[in-house]
Amino acid sequence: MGTVPSALKHCLSYQHLLKEQLWIGEQASQPPAAPHPGQESQASGLPAYVKIVEVGPRDGLQNEKVIVPTDIKIELINQLSKTGLPAIEVTSFVSSKWVPQMADHKEVMRGIERHPGVQYPVLTPNLQGFHAAIAAGATEVSVFGAASETFSKMNINCSIEESIEKFEDVAKSARNMNIPVRGYVSCALGCPYEGNIIPTKVAEVSKRLYSMGCYEISLGDTIGVGTPGSMKRMLEAVMKEIPLCALAVHCHDTYGQALANILTAIQMGVAVVDSSVAGLGGCPYAKGATGNVATEDVIYMLNGLGINTGVNLYTVMEAGNFICTALNKKTNSKVAQASFNTGTVN
Amino acid sequence: MAAARRLLPRWMVPLRPVSSASASGALPKRVKVVEVGPRDGLQNEKSLVPTPVKISLINMLGETGLPVIEATSFVSPKWVPQMADHTEVMQGITQLPGVSYPVLTPNLKGFQAAVAAGAKEVSIFGAASELFTKKNINCSIDESLERFSEVMAAARAANVPVRGYVSCVLGCPYEGKISAAKVAEVSKKMYSMGCYEISLGDTIGVGTPGSMKEMLTAVMKEVPVGALAVHCHDTYGQALANILVALQMGVSVVDASVAGLGGCPYAQGASGNVATEDLVYMLHGLGIHTGVDLQKLMDAGTFICNALNRRTNSKVSQASCRL
Repeated sequence: MGTVPSALKHCLSYQHLLKEQLWIGEQASQPPAAPHPGQESQASGLPAYVKIVEVGPRDGLQNEKVIVPTDIKIELINQLSKTGLPAIEVTSFVSSKWVPQMADHKEVMRGIERHPGVQYPVLTPNLQGFHAAIAAGATEVSVFGAASETFSKMNINCSIEESIEKFEDVAKSARNMNIPVRGYVSCALGCPYEGNIIPTKVAEVSKRLYSMGCYEISLGDTIGVGTPGSMKRMLEAVMKEIPLCALAVHCHDTYGQALANILTAIQMGVAVVDSSVAGLGGCPYAKGATGNVATEDVIYMLNGLGINTGVNLYTVMEAGNFICTALNKKTNSKVAQASFNTGTVN
Repeated sequence: MAAARRLLPRWMVPLRPVSSASASGALPKRVKVVEVGPRDGLQNEKSLVPTPVKISLINMLGETGLPVIEATSFVSPKWVPQMADHTEVMQGITQLPGVSYPVLTPNLKGFQAAVAAGAKEVSIFGAASELFTKKNINCSIDESLERFSEVMAAARAANVPVRGYVSCVLGCPYEGKISAAKVAEVSKKMYSMGCYEISLGDTIGVGTPGSMKEMLTAVMKEVPVGALAVHCHDTYGQALANILVALQMGVSVVDASVAGLGGCPYAQGASGNVATEDLVYMLHGLGIHTGVDLQKLMDAGTFICNALNRRTNSKVSQASCRL
């Protein structure tokens, strides 16, 4: 390529192109009713609709070094509520001794605006956390299993089996109170301690969580080592045990593979994707490396595939800009970086 | 939780053979990785890199197993000061057997200088956008192809293979949307002129798997898939997903830049080329053979980033580096 005029970055045509791609300025009306599971867009064989589960306020902030004041957390969640995102993971009812960032879980839960049609799940590692969550107004909870014994031991100081027993207590209470429970399986594509994880192990743990009543199982590539190859093999094993419509993928972008892995999952029919605004949340296992995939980048890809998400990308970028300013950090979203730098977004 | 420092080799060990029924599916068994860091990468870096550093970089890349390394550009230093030392670079590098070192040649003069300096393969750059061509080289697409026909004739006479690039295949910073039919038309012309391979470039990185599929479907009606390559920019984080779709459609040549060198001139501060390390990581994870040693590639990336005093754009490198 030859020389480039410096005025180009404000080129109107480029901004128009991006506006088409980003649907900037198009206010998200009520998110369209999710088509029934399995409905595909005609030409591509891909799902017509993908549900995005925003984990920034919990998984994202939990892995940020700076402790974020409660009012900032609440403001972030309130901004995210206006984007069309159907589910926003709000906080974690875990002991503040272990996760100081989530110490203000009650205040956050009580302080946020609850928008109709938006779910606000919270993490509850045990029965005590579950009760505290309900008392604070939670209407959906999540439990975190792992496909690796060593990870389970190092993370929550018990075996997978012991952790499942604790979750069963939570699931039972939740069932009695009509509270939906989402199950996570960590280390689905690799473990920082054990290395390779066999797909049948992931399938086995997923099945335990699903059988105890979790309505959805989010399969997490915790250290981001997965590739489309390992994603495919893992999903093939899990899909033998769990219906497709109950599966979600939670990909980390530590090795830059997240979008390719998500695309693979979507091509196999998965229609729920977790992501984190501005790619909040580094990786605790690779210092300085990134963690969660950025919601903005996921939505950009899904928009380009003609897949409906109900989310207004522009407003997500604004929320991302807000939290990055508050954290005094650069966004991890490439879409946000590029859009703010072309003058497309002020 | 103890932070576990994983050594790269643990993850980079070639996977157990993938059964034909599983991950590979319709994917190519081998992919040729075309390394564009020393040219496309450095050209878009702000700091001017001294000639010996460029030569060392190219030599290190030569040791990685990469089959093609775009070495430099025989363009006027007035336009591209970073490539002013093209003759010295070409003459200074060790050209390993089995490795190609193509160079850009925008016109006959550049071609002749390139061959005189030892180049054995050249590249020419077209675009799928009239406005981009006008702004870039001050002529229409057809006029640019006419200029290239001189290069083609000389190359044919000298038995020098020519690679053709088409810019703006998924979007143009001036025209906005680019029709897939236009990309197919320009690709066909360049292929018919004698280019052995056409590299389709998402110049501003705006493409997504959706637009990549649409564009390739149109191009593949005019150019055999074996003669196609993709050159994806990661400005919007879409590069690997776009490359995956291209692979699924049968493309088996992919351009990339070590350490993701080369920002985007159209979005200040944003990234440009996709990082070769991240690409190779994905390909190996898919059980696709590249012949590239990822550790050595990362070492080359570390070398050039230190020389440029900048952080790598490769996530694989970032994740694997010991801090």
